[in-house]
Amino acid sequence: MKTNDVILQTVTKVTLFIIILFSIHLFFAGHYYPGGGFIGGLMTSGAIVLLLLAFDIKTVKSILPIDYIKLTAIGLLFAIGTGAGALLFDMPFLTHAYTYVNMPLLGKTSLHTAVLFDTGVYLVVIGVTMTIIQTIGESE
Amino acid sequence: MSLLHLAVLSPLLLALLIPFLHKHFRNIHTGWFLLPLPAVLFGYFLQFISVTRHGDTVMESLPWISSLGIDFSLKIDGLGLLFALLITGIGALVVLYSIYYLSPEKEKLNTFYIYLLLFMGAMLGVVLSDNLIVLYSFWELTSFSSFLLIGYWNHKERSRYGAQKSMLITVFGGLSMLGGILLLYIITGTFSISETIAMSNEVVNHPLFTATLILFLLGAFTKSAQFPFHIWLPDAMEAPTPVSAYLHSATMVKAGIYLVARMTPVFAHSGTWVWLVAGIGVITLFWGSFSAVKQTDLKAILAFSTVSQLGMIMSLLGIGAAALHYGTIKDGYYIVAVTAAVFHLINHATFKGSLFMVTGIIDHETGTRDIRKLGGLMNFMPITFTLAIIGTFSMAGVPPFNGFLSKEMFFTGMLRVAEMDIFSLETWGILFPVIAWSASVFTFLYSMIYVFKTFTGKYQPEKLEKKPHEAPIGMLVSPVILASLVIIFGIFPNVLSHNIISPAMGSILPSLLADGESFDVHISHWHGFSPELFMTLGVIVLGLLLFKTLSKWTGIYRIFPERLSLNHLYDGGLEMIEVASRNITKTYMNGFIRTYLVYIFSFLIFILATTMIYKDAFKLDFSNVAPIRFFEVVLVLIMAVSAITILFAKSRLTSIILLGAVGYTVALFFVIFRAPDLALTQLVIETVSVALFLLAFYHLPQIRRNEERIRFKLTNALISIGVGAIVTLIALSSHSNKMFDSISQYYVENTYKKAGGENMVNVILVDFRGFDTMFEITVLGIAALGIFAMIKLRMTRGKEQE
Repeated sequence: MKTNDVILQTVTKVTLFIIILFSIHLFFAGHYYPGGGFIGGLMTSGAIVLLLLAFDIKTVKSILPIDYIKLTAIGLLFAIGTGAGALLFDMPFLTHAYTYVNMPLLGKTSLHTAVLFDTGVYLVVIGVTMTIIQTIGESE
Repeated sequence: MSLLHLAVLSPLLLALLIPFLHKHFRNIHTGWFLLPLPAVLFGYFLQFISVTRHGDTVMESLPWISSLGIDFSLKIDGLGLLFALLITGIGALVVLYSIYYLSPEKEKLNTFYIYLLLFMGAMLGVVLSDNLIVLYSFWELTSFSSFLLIGYWNHKERSRYGAQKSMLITVFGGLSMLGGILLLYIITGTFSISETIAMSNEVVNHPLFTATLILFLLGAFTKSAQFPFHIWLPDAMEAPTPVSAYLHSATMVKAGIYLVARMTPVFAHSGTWVWLVAGIGVITLFWGSFSAVKQTDLKAILAFSTVSQLGMIMSLLGIGAAALHYGTIKDGYYIVAVTAAVFHLINHATFKGSLFMVTGIIDHETGTRDIRKLGGLMNFMPITFTLAIIGTFSMAGVPPFNGFLSKEMFFTGMLRVAEMDIFSLETWGILFPVIAWSASVFTFLYSMIYVFKTFTGKYQPEKLEKKPHEAPIGMLVSPVILASLVIIFGIFPNVLSHNIISPAMGSILPSLLADGESFDVHISHWHGFSPELFMTLGVIVLGLLLFKTLSKWTGIYRIFPERLSLNHLYDGGLEMIEVASRNITKTYMNGFIRTYLVYIFSFLIFILATTMIYKDAFKLDFSNVAPIRFFEVVLVLIMAVSAITILFAKSRLTSIILLGAVGYTVALFFVIFRAPDLALTQLVIETVSVALFLLAFYHLPQIRRNEERIRFKLTNALISIGVGAIVTLIALSSHSNKMFDSISQYYVENTYKKAGGENMVNVILVDFRGFDTMFEITVLGIAALGIFAMIKLRMTRGKEQE
């Protein structure tokens, strides 16, 4: 028996980008407004879960050929690397630095190493949630 | 590192070389490499006689753990030298004997000689150490090497049993002694024996004195096989005979005697010491000789005989200690007991060593040690027979052997007890000579049994495994030397008195001597018609009578039931300890996590409640509380109702949904308490966990899905109410006890200034306290990998099973 999920799949295709945009917004806004790597990561994986619900695991895997365990590892490397980077400048571990630059188009923008750290958190959260859900989903 | 240190450590160093020598010189018996060492050491120690006979001592110190007052200091005085000579002298003879006794083809010689060397070095360390901790270290090394030697034939069950038993008992004593050493350190502040002796007056008046004394005596009594700890010695006879001769007659069992003699100047000022040492000694003396008579194994006879003789030396030391109270040596009236103890110590080592070797020869040449099978060996083994006669007659106290002399002095010492007027000895003291005399009768009796049941009587070739014949000459050398010493010391006892006995007594009773003075020991054969002589005559007459009528009265040994014996008590006790501890563990470790949670939570309640009551910590202070708003009341009600409904929910699905409701209410709380980050996270996480619960619920196996009410349990209810109450009380009190302002003001001020952000929560998470976050994401990673591993591994294992 084959079910017809046209509505679900179409709605998914539309909503997916909105959710992802929202999650990226949450991630980037973290330093100034509610949000951050953790909730941003959860939202992104929420979007992928929606994909999983609308389509099946194989399809999602072909769309997003990501090894989530490696993603987790990369995220951890980001976080630790950001921390260790401070050591190169003769500062204690995990000392952050920031500066404001004037960029074309964007205007006055802050660049902050804490964002790199948050990227680590973001990637780990996606990796972890997706690993868990995918493994349990595949386990039958 | 002086020559003396080298001498003590040399056996341990040689033990390192033994495996190489054993491997590279296969055709030479390993024992030959060993033999020179004790002989050289014996010669080395002999030269110290000229020092000690004038009451001088040699002291060598080597820093070890100086900060703790532990130095490897060695001291040679009369007592230490006597033991060192015994250890090396008999050690050399035993090694020579073992070369002929152990066959290089059948036995693992390298391990045997390594253990033996370990033991020899340890024993030298025990008797020469001046530091109590060093003494204790060597003491345990003797227990340990003795354990290895008893279990040398480890394929035999009896050997392993004997080794374990001796280990348990002697290590129990050793640990007690360590306790004693530490208490003594608390009293005196030093580990040095010489300094402790100098402070003996303070020791006696200290409140810890009795405990120290008893702990030391436990160490000495277990090592020297005193009643009731003697039970390990007969079982230690499973060791090879050279080992029994060396460890369990001449040296190790005398370590306890050494300890008592060494500590006499410290402890002997109290009546407790005199009563305990002398009393236990006499009891051991009697019980050992009484038990020896019923044995049928030659080695068992000798084992109980050793127990009995050790008891005799011990009792003499105890009584000799009483001499300290009279403080005079003018006529040596009370000191005779100490003289007898030292003299008998030497005598016992000589005759018991030779008797063990004789037993080994009989075993070796006939294949059995059972006196019921032996008999009439006199014609086959004349030399061995002669040696046995010398040894046993000396043991029985028959002139002209050395045992006679020490036994006479023993009687003298015991008779003096009744005349003493201290420590209420005048009341019960009379028992000492009586028990001593009857024990001597039994000693005479088993000595006669040993020699006559073995060598005379009917020859029973059908019961023997081999045709008996005289032992090889090499095996006879050692017992011949020992037996000749028995005769030499018997006829010319005074060769020992000034050189060995008097300095040793000087170490045992130092406070009786003025500077440069020494004990004037003179051992004479003929006292005139004294009571002692009649006692000896009585022993011989009654002993002979009993020996002749042996078969008529041995029935009395059967009156005493086996069930009440100490061995039975030991075995039963050991078993009972095992069973009891297993049962205790079974009662509380029942395997249910539920029960363990009950333990944990009740303990939590108990500890917290006790602390709160004890510290009077409960306090209520509402001055700092914000007003309660309408929304909060509503949310609390929703949360409480759903939480309580979970408890009474009939199905799992309801519980999960209610749990979700609680979670979302918490998120709402975060909203109204103005924590947007938390609210967002809580919402998502709650959703995910409810989904996971549903998944788990969906996968629960069919059979166990009994959708019934949670079984109500009074204990659970009580404990959960208790935990809730206690946590609430603590929360209220801690809120009312705020002592410092919060540090949050710093974050509020510096979030933008220093960290370039405006979301304070996030800045704290990634910047101020990013270290925590780093490890939290690590935890998440580990959890994911764990889930992945559990599920994937289970799947592959499932496939394999298919």
